[in-house]
Amino acid sequence: MKKVTILQFPGTNCEYDTKYAFEKLGANTEILWHKADKVPEDTDLLVIPGGFSYGDYLRSGAIAKFSPVMKAVEAYAKAGGKVLGICNGFQVLTETNLLPGALKRNENLHFLSKYHYLKVINNNNDFLKNLSVGDVINIPIAHHDGNYFIDDAGLQELEDNDQILLRYSDANGNVENPNGSLDSIAGICNKEKNVFGLMPHPERAMEVILGSDDGVAMLQGFLKA
Amino acid sequence: MIKAVVNVSLKAGVLDSQGKAVLHALESLHFNNVKDVRVGKQIVLQLDGNDKKAALADVTKMCEDLLANTVIEDYEIELV
Repeated sequence: MKKVTILQFPGTNCEYDTKYAFEKLGANTEILWHKADKVPEDTDLLVIPGGFSYGDYLRSGAIAKFSPVMKAVEAYAKAGGKVLGICNGFQVLTETNLLPGALKRNENLHFLSKYHYLKVINNNNDFLKNLSVGDVINIPIAHHDGNYFIDDAGLQELEDNDQILLRYSDANGNVENPNGSLDSIAGICNKEKNVFGLMPHPERAMEVILGSDDGVAMLQGFLKA
Repeated sequence: MIKAVVNVSLKAGVLDSQGKAVLHALESLHFNNVKDVRVGKQIVLQLDGNDKKAALADVTKMCEDLLANTVIEDYEIELV
């Protein structure tokens, strides 16, 4: 059975949804308070969930970077451990430089909370291996700062290394950009393909009765060998 | 005591949506001579000691480590 460790900062609010989602898929979970100085040794996947760590003060994710647990997270990721950042977790990972780029205020300045279609761009990684390139999935977004930015050289590197995972689209897979993200980017991974970040919330798309279960195939990717 | 004023703003070339929104609002108020608006934030620090050179080095490090995200933001430091 796989073990999923879920970080919790002051202001995190998606840790229990994330726990529910992974337990529904048969994983063991542990919620880890940010004062911890190490990542549990049996961790197969470390998730930084959504929310508003430290009230989004200064910049989203900027203060969480200095929480005691983040040194351990950096060491865990550098040693090849798998890390998934969802929404605020993605912001924390860019602030920590575990993922390239940054997340700016949405272009239209609105907080966006709605279902949005996403197109799978690369699937040669653990996160999206259960999906096919070109698949269109329906996953909720809920963010104010989801406008992905990276400089030209960085964008080229993302493309060259198959690091762009998901782009915002319409139901037919055509580009539809809700927040101004460069190249309509919704999710990326690092060069080594063990650190993943996305603004949409797969853990909120786990059952059809609540709107969509398209998150299942994504999260299952981490649990299947 | 040394007072340090840090201004953080989006880099030139990075679209400033808030600045654009303010520009449009000013236009709707008939301030038609405004060509561009950039919105930033100001962080004011009170520092112990009187060594301005050391203070500048400290505040520069603060900016690099925390106060600005240098992927998208520039910072300016003024010691008063």
